[in-house]
Formats: sequence, C-alpha cells, structure tokens
Amino acid sequence: MARKTECIAMLLAGGQGSRLGILTKNIAKPAVPYGGKYRIIDFPLSNCVNSGISTVGVLTQYQPLELNDYIGNGQAWDLDRANGGVHILSPYQQIKGTEWYKGTANAIYQNINFIDRYSPEYVAVLSGDHIYKMDYNKMLKYHKENDAACTIAMLEVPWEEASRFGLMILNDDNSIAEFEEKPKNPRSNKASMGVYIFTWSKLRKYLLEDEDDPNSSNDFGHDVIPKMHAAGERMFAYLFDGYWKDVGTIDSLWEANLDLLNPKVDLDLSDPTWKIYSKTPTTPPHYVSGDATVQNSMIAEGSRVFGEVDFSILFSNVTVEKGAEVRDSIIMPGTVIKSGATVQYAIVAENAVIEKNAVVGQRPEAMKNLDEWGVAVVGAGVTIGEGVTVAPKAMIDTDIRKEDE
Amino acid sequence: MTGKNIVGIIFSNAYDECISELTGLRTMGSVPFACRYRLIDFALSNMVNSGIEKVGVLTKSNYQSLMDHLGTGKPWDLSRKTEGMFILPPFSMADSGNNGDKIASLKGIMGFISRSTEEYVLFSDCNSILNIDIDELMDFHTEKGSDITIVYKHGKIPALNDVIVMDLEENGKATQITVSPVTEDEVDYSLNVILMKKSLLERLLNEAISLNYNDFEADIIQRNVSRLNIYGFEAKGYAVTIDSMQTYFKANMDLLDPANCDELFAPERPVYTKVRDDMPAIYGLGSSVKNSLVADGCIVDGEVENSILFRGVRVEKGAVVKNSIVMQGSYIAENASLNCVVADKSVVITPHKTLSGAENYPVYIGKAIVI
Repeated sequence: MARKTECIAMLLAGGQGSRLGILTKNIAKPAVPYGGKYRIIDFPLSNCVNSGISTVGVLTQYQPLELNDYIGNGQAWDLDRANGGVHILSPYQQIKGTEWYKGTANAIYQNINFIDRYSPEYVAVLSGDHIYKMDYNKMLKYHKENDAACTIAMLEVPWEEASRFGLMILNDDNSIAEFEEKPKNPRSNKASMGVYIFTWSKLRKYLLEDEDDPNSSNDFGHDVIPKMHAAGERMFAYLFDGYWKDVGTIDSLWEANLDLLNPKVDLDLSDPTWKIYSKTPTTPPHYVSGDATVQNSMIAEGSRVFGEVDFSILFSNVTVEKGAEVRDSIIMPGTVIKSGATVQYAIVAENAVIEKNAVVGQRPEAMKNLDEWGVAVVGAGVTIGEGVTVAPKAMIDTDIRKEDE
Repeated sequence: MTGKNIVGIIFSNAYDECISELTGLRTMGSVPFACRYRLIDFALSNMVNSGIEKVGVLTKSNYQSLMDHLGTGKPWDLSRKTEGMFILPPFSMADSGNNGDKIASLKGIMGFISRSTEEYVLFSDCNSILNIDIDELMDFHTEKGSDITIVYKHGKIPALNDVIVMDLEENGKATQITVSPVTEDEVDYSLNVILMKKSLLERLLNEAISLNYNDFEADIIQRNVSRLNIYGFEAKGYAVTIDSMQTYFKANMDLLDPANCDELFAPERPVYTKVRDDMPAIYGLGSSVKNSLVADGCIVDGEVENSILFRGVRVEKGAVVKNSIVMQGSYIAENASLNCVVADKSVVITPHKTLSGAENYPVYIGKAIVI
C-alpha cells in the first residue's frame, strides 16, 4: 500500500483531438508541441508539481507511444518519486474482458484501484489539453472551506463566445444552481475549464453508480456531474481569472502560440516561481547569423536562422536558410525551411522540409475571399517540393513535388 | 561502446589559475561556456557518449558551484544504482594551486582507483574543449598495442605549465616528449585526454610515490617515453585549450562560426548539461540580433552583435551588446553599451553606461556586480 496522500491528480490525456487534423495523426493531443519547447501536457503536469500535488495518474488511450515516451519516469517534472510520482494508466485487461476507456468518467472508474492505493481525501480530475497556469492548491483550499463534494474551476468568457462552452449558473455563494451545455442563448458567461476537484468518497460512489447505468455515456460533463447535482451534493464553482486556452483547433493552437509574443497576454513563462517544466532536448544554443533578421519572435535552442523571421515561434533545431522568410507561423522541431521559401500564417509540424522557393500559406490581406483563408498546416516529416505552393487552410500530410501540382 | 571497461577521471581544478577571474569563485570545470554549458560538460559527455558508466571527479578547491552543477549526475545519465558519478573531494590539501600535484591528487584517490573493476582509466582536464569519440581512441590504443595514448592537437603550444609535447612517428608513436618547451613553432601538444590500463597507472603511481616523484607529466609520462609505448591520437574537429582570458574569449567567439559549432556539438555525440527550464528566447519588436548565439530564457529588445548570451539574459531597448559574452541572468538596461566585455553571472549594467575592452583584452565584470 502506498503512503496516504491528501490529494492526487488524474490527468485525462487519452483524447485524439480530431479537430487538430494531421497534427494528431500519430500523437495524442496532449503531446502536441506548443510554445517553442513545450507540449500541451507540460502545463497541467507543471501546475500539479507547483501546486504540491506529486501523485499524478496520466490516462492515455489514443496513440500513447509518443506521450508515454515523453513522460517517461516523470523526471522532467520532478515526478520521479519514491512515494507517488507520475504513473501512465492505459486501459488494461480484466477478468471480465478488455475495455477501452468509454468516457472520461469510465477512465477514472477503471482506475479506482490506483486511486484507492493512496487513500486520498480528494481527487483532482484535469484535462490534458489546455494551456493555463493555475494553483490547484488554492482551489483545494476553497473546496475544503465549502465542504464541497465537487468544485469546478470556471472562468468568465466573452458573452459572444459563451455558447461554445459548458456554462454554469451560480447562486450568490458561488454554489452551482444550474448547468447549461453549449446553449444557443446563454444565461451565463461562466464556463467550465475542465478542472475538477472531488471529495474522493463521493466521487467513488457516483462512479460506481454511473457504471451500473446502461444509459450513461460515462462522461463527467454529461453524466456524473449532473447526477451529483441532481442528488443535491454540495457543488461549487471556483473562479479563475488568468490566461486559459483550449487549443482544440488549428486556429486556437496557432493563436495560443502567438499569444506568447503579445505582451498584453497574461501568460508569463519566465516566472521563476511558477516554471513550466518540459523535457529539454540536448542541443546547443540557437544561432542567429549576420544576414538574419528576427523580429517579435520566440526561438528555442538548437535552431539556426540565416533568413527572416517575423512574429513566429521556432521550436528546437529548426533551420531557416538565407533568403527564406517565416512570418506569423509556428515551426515545430527539426524542420528545415530552405532558401527562397516563404512560410506565412502556417503551422509546420516536426521534421518537415520546405524546399527552395516553396510558398506555404497566405496572408489574409492577399485574399479576395476571406472565407477561403485559414492557417495552412504541413504534417510531420512532410517534404514540400521546390517551388510548390500550399494554399491557405490546406492540410498537407504527404510529400508534394512541383510535378504533382 | 567500449566505455563499460573504462573508468573516467576528471581533474576539475586543473589550470584554474590561468583564468583566475573566472575561477575566483569556481573550478575550471564549472566555468560557464557557450551560452548554456560548463567546461566539465564536455569531458563528461565525451565519457558517457562512449558508454563510460563510472566517472570520478577530482576536486581541490572552490567546488561548491561544481557540485551544484553536477548534482547527482542525472543530466549525464550518471545517477546510477551501480557505478555512476563520484565527486572526490581532497583528503588533505595544503598543496599549492598549480597543476604539479596531479600525482598527489591521484594518491588521494588510490582507493577509488583500485576498487574500480574497469580495465582502463581515461583522464580528462576541463580546460581543453573537444568532442571526441572515445571508442575510436580505444580502437587506436588496442590496434597500436599502446601503453599510454595521449590525445593531441597540432598547433601553437598553450601558455601553460606542464604541457606535454610529443615528437611523433608517422604511426603516432612518441619518440620524444618535452614538457612546456619554449617554442614559437607549431607542435603536437597534449589535450590531456589520456588513456591507459588501470594496472599500469597503479604501477606507475606506486613507483612515483616510492621514488618521491611528484610531477605527473615529467615523472609519469615523459620519463617513460623509451620504456613504454606512448602514442599520440590526433583530435579531429574543433578542439581548443584555454590558457588565458583571451583564449577563453576567443573559444566562445569561435562558435559563432556554424562549422565549429557542428564539430563541437556533433549530433551523434551530444553535449549534456544541467537543465534550467527556461522558456525559449524572445526577440522583441525593434530588436536586432546579428551573428550571435542565444540561450533559452533571454529577452532581447535591444541590439546584439557577435555575442554570446547565456540563459536568462535581458537586453533592454536601446542597449547595445557587441563582441561580448554575457553570462546567466545578467541585465543590460536601456541605452547601456558593451563592447568586448565578459560579464559574469547576474551582472547589472544600469542605463546609459558604456563599457569597452579590446578583442585581445576583454573587460571582465565579476559576478553580480552592478555598474
């Protein structure tokens, strides 16, 4: 039996993130690179460690290889512990057969034994696909003060966007009066962030009941939380007012990256008191040559810039050759942009090659019909041949040569 | 991977005195280099890249920063259940700070050496910076039937004491060895990466101790040139021995040539170092960076040219940094200007200050000094 632990975290990292298209062809969404050197999962993992939660179960299911490999023994996040630490929890075979994780609640249900080992008072259930810095310990304190069964982190979103979210209508004491899932005419702008703290004894009971319900989709948002609410459990909303972004779509991933270059955005990754940890590649510092021009950009170690980089994020080991231009784009690790090539309003995944004079993406100003405009995406390992043009909004996951056009 | 049969021994304090400014508060091994490294990273990485699993790091003085850097040896994969990294502090040290007491240092770790089950010993100093394939060195050593193989570079001899210079036959065998000869010619001088059998080292050490010899280079290497097969193995690619602030400065600047960088940071033999978890560097609107190496965590809003910026350096708007080395966490305020400066860690240059040295005499600013 493991040592008793007050609060452990369960990190839901099994999602495919299908709206990210080819970027999640071979990796789960939480493993998608972000911010020059991070992956999305670094944020919840670092939040856990910084909040003093050092037992974390990571639930993986879709394309887990890259993610499992990345997390390893958790050393990068200081989660290689004698007590607790990070544990990868994949679906497994049981006496009654093998079952995939049917839904978020079922994923936790299937790991009740893991949680019970630590006999926790509280369990934080976190989503693995959001960018935010948050002290879960403050939320836990709030949970305890309210003697709540469940506390849901929420933030105020702009009213015009509210209908895209799961919303909460609150009583005066911030207890939850009503839920509304993506309503047409929102009555609230308080959206759920996908961060929950449960009192484990309560959650355990509802998970068992939910599993016995043949009509349930075994999802937290759809099933377990409404059932707890209907049963009159004490449920509270915890107001969070920092930066939070769901990077579920190509556009939001692109935006969230470029937010790092906007001094007005409240997401400071250089804060030594709340570091975001990641597995750092073993590369020399990055080099900017005498011919290069770099403006308003973020560049990670191991990259080499001989061309022009403007308002972009270069991950590690990216090469931008002389005469190449990268604007308003995200270039993931190991990619090479050859001379004369232009990459604009694009996301180029890992180890791609953009050959000479190729053009990837287009500036919105240059479009006649703005509806046809969007961020262009080049998949991992893809070669865009010499002189090839990749249209805006396109998603390329196989090599293209000029002859193929 | 021949390393499993080799125990590595690193002299972290060797030649401290040649850059006394930088080693005032630290060992040669913990001198910062190339934006994100410490000099010992190169010796350690060479060793682990060939599969060496046991490394003793000999320390003598000022080794707090070194221990802080090395920790448990995890970044080099040397935090092991069996073997791994051993920091070997001095037993009793009234000795002077020069390099002449390598024999005394080794005498102090005779227990560590004799307890090692590996067949070979590989020595390294920290002031020679190179990326070498130890497997190749071992193959050469075995092929030639060498007793002692010394990695060398052809060039002008460093201005240091105890530099082994070899006259080599075509096949690499040393016919004559001199120690720090006075010459303007280009010679084959030792980079102090030295391979020999452990049993031979023990024999030579015991002999030296009984005869009251105390000079490693003269009494163990030079004296045995006719008695033993001593071979020179030429270091391929970029290699440099730091013998002064000028060579330290130049060695950093050499890396602004990507060709040198490629050789020193050969992807097949990566150089490992302690991770600091900084965000990637940010270049502000209106910044200008030319021909420079920049580490993670830097925020540049000013002008940087021909310079080396370590982790977490901040260059404010209107500030100009040229031909300079700025170490970790230093802050260059608005409209300050640096030329040919080596700024140690956490230096603060307040607004509108101008500091300028010369390429052959860079101005050094000590750790945490505010100007």
